[in-house]
Amino acid sequence: MDIALEILSWGLLFVGSAFLVIGGIGVVRLPDVFTRMHGAGIIDTMGVGGVMSGLMIQAGFTIVTIKLALIIGFILYTSPTATHALARAALHGGVRPRGDETPEDESGQGNSSSKT
Amino acid sequence: MLHAISLGLVLFGLWLLLSGFFTALLLSLGIASVVAVVWIAHRMDVIDHEGHPIHLTFRAILYWQWLLKEIVLANIAIARVIMARKMPIHPTVIGVTATQKTELGHVIYGNSITLTPGTVTIEIDKDNLTVHALTTDAAMDLKTGEMDRRVTNVEAHPDTDNPNPNANTGEHS
Repeated sequence: MDIALEILSWGLLFVGSAFLVIGGIGVVRLPDVFTRMHGAGIIDTMGVGGVMSGLMIQAGFTIVTIKLALIIGFILYTSPTATHALARAALHGGVRPRGDETPEDESGQGNSSSKT
Repeated sequence: MLHAISLGLVLFGLWLLLSGFFTALLLSLGIASVVAVVWIAHRMDVIDHEGHPIHLTFRAILYWQWLLKEIVLANIAIARVIMARKMPIHPTVIGVTATQKTELGHVIYGNSITLTPGTVTIEIDKDNLTVHALTTDAAMDLKTGEMDRRVTNVEAHPDTDNPNPNANTGEHS
């Protein structure tokens, strides 16, 4: 394999893995369920995208590459739906987002974290 | 009918790519299963402009290019926020108005918001989307309305302006 492709492939794998780790750190560090979803969002966009693209270059023009591309596609279509379902379930389950003090949203007691 | 044929072709292409076998027996089995799936989908009445939106294929490809660029930029921004020592997050809940005409457009817009790290759509009520943003920058980006404008461009029908095009007449006649 061409050395440039090799470097590009490993670069993508490295970047993807780094974003996977960052996403994991984010899930641990962020304070509540809604903010943690943003950490998980990093994992299933950049993490998956980087690792899968790197593997696609490794595989070359084979059927494996197409399957990896399909995996990226399916994850890009399904993960936001799953995240939205999770967020909506949390909201309807009575979890209030922290820092809910935007002017146009709730006008009364801004910091409603005491509700739960 | 057009949607059913297109769905069958897409399914068969997917079957070919995933199997990788080209013997007559397996091909005929694949065709049989594709026909069965299309028939079931037809019975469930899910083959229409929403379940299989072929009318926005080309504009959707253009939109994906822009969206992928936005996703990469937002990823880098959120990764910096997470890795910063003091984590400068300002979780806010904002409401944005979707200008798309169809429900499919709302779904595309809501999913695009969720797919971009830093913003998650937590509730959709007709035209009003409630969005949880991790930082004020992410919220401000969304407030500019560029994504909304682009999604509206994607779902704009040049030929069929009514929100419920020929899906029913095409299927049952």
